Amino acid sequence: MAQRTTLKVNGGTKAVEVEAGTPLLYALHDEIGLNAPHFGCGLGQCGACTVHIDGKPVRSCITPTSAAAGKEITTLAGLGTAGKPHPVQKAYVDEQVPQCGYCVSGWIMTAAAFLKETKNPSDEQIREALAGLKCRCGTHLAIIRAIKRAAKDMAQGSVA
Amino acid sequence: MADDLRTVHIDTAHDSAWKHVAGSAPYIDDLPEAAGLLHGYMGQSTRAHAKLLSLDLTAVRAHPGVAVVFTAADIPGKNDVSPIYGDDPLFAEEEVIYVGQSLFLVVAETRAIAAAAAALAVVEYQDLPALLTIAAARAAGSVIEPAQTMKLGDVRAALASAPRKLQGNLVVGGQDHFYLESHIALASPREDGDVHIFSSTQNPSEIQHLVAKVLGRPDNAVVVEVRRMGGGFGGKETQCALFAAAAALAAVRLGRPVKIRVDRDDDMVMTGKRHDFEIAYEVGFDDQGVLRGAAFDLASRCGCSADLSVAINDRAMFHSDNCYFLGAAEIVSHRFKTHTVSNTAFRGFGGPQGMMGIERAMDEIAQAVGKDPLDVRLANLYGPGRDLTPYGQTVEDNIAAELIAALAEQSDYRARRAAICGWNESNRWLKRGIALTPVKFGISFTATHLNQAGALVHLYSDGSVMVNHGGTEMGQGLHTKVAQVVADAFQIKLAQVKITATTTDKVPNTSATAASSGTDLNAMAALDAVTTILGRLRLFAAETYRCAPADVVFRQGEVAAGEAVIPFTELVRRAYFARVSLSSTGFYKTPKIHYDRATHQGRPFYYYAYGAAVSEVTIDTLTGENRVDRVDILHDVGRSLNPAIDKGQIEGGFIQGMGWLTTEELIWDASGRLRTHAPSTYKIPTARDRPDDFNLSLWNGDNFEPTIHRSKAVGEPPLMLAISVFSALNQAVQACGEHKVPGRLDAPATPERILMAIEDVRRRAAAA
Repeated sequence: MAQRTTLKVNGGTKAVEVEAGTPLLYALHDEIGLNAPHFGCGLGQCGACTVHIDGKPVRSCITPTSAAAGKEITTLAGLGTAGKPHPVQKAYVDEQVPQCGYCVSGWIMTAAAFLKETKNPSDEQIREALAGLKCRCGTHLAIIRAIKRAAKDMAQGSVA
Repeated sequence: MADDLRTVHIDTAHDSAWKHVAGSAPYIDDLPEAAGLLHGYMGQSTRAHAKLLSLDLTAVRAHPGVAVVFTAADIPGKNDVSPIYGDDPLFAEEEVIYVGQSLFLVVAETRAIAAAAAALAVVEYQDLPALLTIAAARAAGSVIEPAQTMKLGDVRAALASAPRKLQGNLVVGGQDHFYLESHIALASPREDGDVHIFSSTQNPSEIQHLVAKVLGRPDNAVVVEVRRMGGGFGGKETQCALFAAAAALAAVRLGRPVKIRVDRDDDMVMTGKRHDFEIAYEVGFDDQGVLRGAAFDLASRCGCSADLSVAINDRAMFHSDNCYFLGAAEIVSHRFKTHTVSNTAFRGFGGPQGMMGIERAMDEIAQAVGKDPLDVRLANLYGPGRDLTPYGQTVEDNIAAELIAALAEQSDYRARRAAICGWNESNRWLKRGIALTPVKFGISFTATHLNQAGALVHLYSDGSVMVNHGGTEMGQGLHTKVAQVVADAFQIKLAQVKITATTTDKVPNTSATAASSGTDLNAMAALDAVTTILGRLRLFAAETYRCAPADVVFRQGEVAAGEAVIPFTELVRRAYFARVSLSSTGFYKTPKIHYDRATHQGRPFYYYAYGAAVSEVTIDTLTGENRVDRVDILHDVGRSLNPAIDKGQIEGGFIQGMGWLTTEELIWDASGRLRTHAPSTYKIPTARDRPDDFNLSLWNGDNFEPTIHRSKAVGEPPLMLAISVFSALNQAVQACGEHKVPGRLDAPATPERILMAIEDVRRRAAAA
């Protein structure tokens, strides 16, 4: 049975009519109309559906909508915008990371949460944090460069 | 105006970069769903080869939420979505020929309902013998076309008279595209029974033709549109037709929009992959390792239909020489038909598999004559007086020797190789390997007629520009490069140029965005359109400001004509009021190329793109685990239009090639079911697999041919740089037998295969 659930998304409130077990991905993407997160594998194994719930990265394709009710949900669009980007988003553009761009939610949302917890991470820590994500364009080298750049920017406080 | 108007040969960001990172770039699944939209799901064959005795869909139709179920009987036109040969039915009729073949389409209120209903079908099969492997097809003589032969001189005589000879063989696995955006089509009915389709496709014109054939309508009844794909890699050159045609059929029949978004597992099971190959070779050479002759026997698994396998296997033949003069040569190519999914285009299009044979032969010759494999490679390169390929094209733009020398120097290859040899002697459990392998990749579609492109450029009266062309954007930055070229030609800011979605009603009869040729073809077509418009503006300015047309100069947002210097936008405004046409089509066809497939002779390629890579690896001889420690790449993109985008293509191509040759393993079971159909079992590279030490530089040199701003194609060639990883792994395996016998590692070099190769090399070394 579809039921009305109120979600707190990107600082606003949205009501959706979905079944309790409907993956959060579909509530955000199909019901609310957010372009990202994306459906990648539907199994929580690629990361293209990653969002933050209360600041922690989760795979929205395997998270029931009911589990996110009342919590703060953040998607790429809520993390930052072209006018006011998160340091990871800015670094992604500066390092020219995205090719097809479809997987970006996974990497940026995961990295943003990781860098909040870990200041000045080592290469090994970055690799470990990102190990469960997939990018088929093979942008991994640029991703690592961007995350190091973002970490530096955040340490220097040069970007919001 | 300042120099910031230079728009080519600079690191401009991808046109969608900010939209990608802020999550606003719409892919097809992100487009708003119109009221009444229904979802489609395909019922699939569970047998590899069987007679379809009955298909009972009563329960499927009765399932709540199901609108309609379509089968082959509902197709008004031709039941075929194949690109050329008429052998890929939209829905199976009397026989199924692979596990995952589409049988019917369920259209329902939601995707979940459609999928649940599809499972209720009662299908009665009568199993038939299934040919699942190259070996089985070879034994049965099952082919998609007769074996092809490419010849240069008398290879038998050359082999007979060569001072030394060796034979070998190599198995090379296939590869799933694993684009993160799986196949998707969204079809909407239009008036007169026409249809508009958003398709994640590299090939809108082809989808248009195929949908029209299925619907029994002319091409002008179908519009296919794509703004961006979430990855393509060749997997969306033909394979998208199945879903686009099914969605279109349903939309037209129901008068409602229909979307088919394919789940990951279904995508991997239902759609074709890179061809797996079995390669055998026989080479004759002198004591220095210089080839006198080479014979290759290439066998590929094409799957259940021809798809693009003819051209793919041709390209494997074209690249069996890689950078080397073979002396006399004979390349025989077998194209085996099996009861598995029909294999298709994948970045490199058979070229990578073709190169694997000669690169293994180089390593084996080096072992035989006791030389550094690099010296054997250098001694065999094409050069003056030895520059004829087996297909009769003379290599005119050869830079392999200089490029390899520069890379060997900057990567410190010689010293590192010596150090690794010493290290291996004193380390028992871990072994290292290093290899430098080059790439020479032929640029052009080998089907000559495909080497054409069209563009449409509108210059609006406010001075802003809209560009449309036949190429599709799959992340490679094609739209960015074309916009750069257009802005440069008009001498305006990049921000004034907008590229719009590729669509068949703006630019018709386009070729697939494939063969690495997207920019070469489409940027030239766009430039042609701009040149036409500039010609009209030039005449208008000359008339208005009383000077010779040749003296009108467009520069950095301004136009100088006679005594006058006016802003470009002002000239455009005045031209509009003077009734000058400010819109034009453009066209380009690649010059010089020709090819006779009957004899496999001609000049199929306009030019070659070169590159080389040095990879250093470590293997654990107890577990087979392995690591790429360092990679150095020097790659030729001519005079780059956008070095940042090109470097992204090179890094990405390398990583993708590394996955193909190391971790990505496709496994079918004895009943023909693909068992590796999700990221849990099919392992593409992750951030952990990327080399710790990665050094990439671009070769500094123009394309010899007058391509767009003397740049070179970059999409496919870098994938083959990863052969250096495979070769280095084989060197490490060979070190386990103290280089007494050649390593014989097969691909993909999974830990299991590495362990087997170590055991094999030790056994042979002990016997030697």
